[in-house]
Amino acid sequence: MSMDQISVFVENSPGRLADITEILGTAGIDLRAVSIADTADFGVLRLISSEPQKAMELLRSKGCVVSVTPVLAVELADTPGSLAGVLRILADAGVSIEYLYAFITRKKGNAYVILRVEDNARAEKILADRGVKIADADEIYAI
Amino acid sequence: MNYYQRDMELASREDMLAVQSERLERTVRRVYENVPYYRALMDEKGVKPADVKTPADLYKLPLLSKEDLRKAYPYGLLAVPRADAVRIQSTSGTTGKRVVAFYTQRDIDIWEECCARAIVAAGGSREDVVHVCYGYGLFTGGPGLNGGSHKVGSLTLPMSSGNTERQIQMMCDLSATILCCTPSYAAFLAESIIEQGVRDQISLKAGIFGAETWSEEMRRDLETRLGIKAYDIYGLTEISGPGVSFECSEQTGMHINEDHFIAEIIDPKSGDPLPEGSRGELVFSCISKEAFPLLRYRTRDICVLSREKCSCGRTLVKMSRVTGRSDDMLIVRGVNVFPSQIETVLLSCGYPPNYQIIVDRVNYSDTIEVQVEMTQETFSDTVKDMARQEGELVSALRSMLGISPKVTLVAPRSIARSEGKAVRVIDRRKF
Repeated sequence: MSMDQISVFVENSPGRLADITEILGTAGIDLRAVSIADTADFGVLRLISSEPQKAMELLRSKGCVVSVTPVLAVELADTPGSLAGVLRILADAGVSIEYLYAFITRKKGNAYVILRVEDNARAEKILADRGVKIADADEIYAI
Repeated sequence: MNYYQRDMELASREDMLAVQSERLERTVRRVYENVPYYRALMDEKGVKPADVKTPADLYKLPLLSKEDLRKAYPYGLLAVPRADAVRIQSTSGTTGKRVVAFYTQRDIDIWEECCARAIVAAGGSREDVVHVCYGYGLFTGGPGLNGGSHKVGSLTLPMSSGNTERQIQMMCDLSATILCCTPSYAAFLAESIIEQGVRDQISLKAGIFGAETWSEEMRRDLETRLGIKAYDIYGLTEISGPGVSFECSEQTGMHINEDHFIAEIIDPKSGDPLPEGSRGELVFSCISKEAFPLLRYRTRDICVLSREKCSCGRTLVKMSRVTGRSDDMLIVRGVNVFPSQIETVLLSCGYPPNYQIIVDRVNYSDTIEVQVEMTQETFSDTVKDMARQEGELVSALRSMLGISPKVTLVAPRSIARSEGKAVRVIDRRKF
């Protein structure tokens, strides 16, 4: 039940992030979560959006380098220690995490963690066995 | 197998030597009589026209360089009365002050015949539509291939350079079959054709790409992307223009039109001739030109000559791809670096041939940076993967060059495209 994240290559130059997000905003694409990884020379912008396929096509047509990556959206209670609990389960099972980023929502008092791991299916099974809820794409897009 | 001038292209070694000797002897005598500048150089060396009877005597003659052309600018090396010359062409001036070359009508005919040989060797005939997007004007690329295409009897599309949209439109509408331009512009055209989704609307079967050094990997890349066979062509304005040598179907080097241009290889440092098969600087003597018959002109291009039997049947001596210039070679931290080596590594690692090399000097130490464009295929969402790719590229470059460059991945299309000669090297060092 992985969902699609789009990743965008961002050259280190003033205004690039503004350009990219404006392209999406103008096309009416809503962003659910955003994170950026930066190196000395460039950044990787990661987005969870309402229409990942459309966002990818749009950005590529504007000359951006974009990839689509399946990630897991884990639903958590917005309480101290809940993220640690989930990470411990994965750590004990030897699943290493490439990166993660989190967001909370106003409505439900819940938080979501976007997880990028090597093997989504395996991580999902490990979490599900321990009663951790994985949100499906529709649920995230509908927030 | 088709040839444009079978008798010369397939001549026996003995016949070719006889033609060369007769033409060389006559040209040396004429230059000595008509060009005071060259006569002074010959006198200084103590050589008389009677001393040069065959190509084996060439070493006795003085070498000419671009510097001589600048000194004698503009008319000092003209070997016919000005009234007999009908055309001026000029070099791009990328390596300094422009130099000019002159042609009589017969010189133009011979030059165009040389280009016609190249077009026929690339499979061209009267049935073809030859799309020429080399620049027209002072630059020899456009006029040379244009004239060659006329000689073959092909339908010629004189697009000149620029306006890529229109180039692609005309190429599709008129079903161009042979494309003539620089390899870097061909790469740009290929990219635009694929982007516009009109790859299935082009009818190209061959490309004749020259005026720049390009790698074997770039050839394969252009062949795949455009669905063509890509042929190298070589020439320089000082000697005539494109068509001094050209590639055949074997694609293992360029046949030199040696009935017009005798090639030698010399040591670029000492100027001494090197034995056959050595890598060194290419030197040409023009033996059939009237207006501008340069003798022993140093091209600064580094290559190897080969007389190995060619499957195409031509007996014309072959020159290898130019592996560098004896003057644009970069020396970085004491190591010789040719941009073509960097290109080879980039393409073999799956990167596009869109790159720039930036050399600088920081704290008295040379730095070299290779900027290369990121592609959809090479991009990854994890920084770890990207760092690994950069690392792999750095080590591939290090093993090719012997020094470790910095690699910077940049956004697509952020490196300026060129419609003529690509600017591959930016050297910021001040010496």
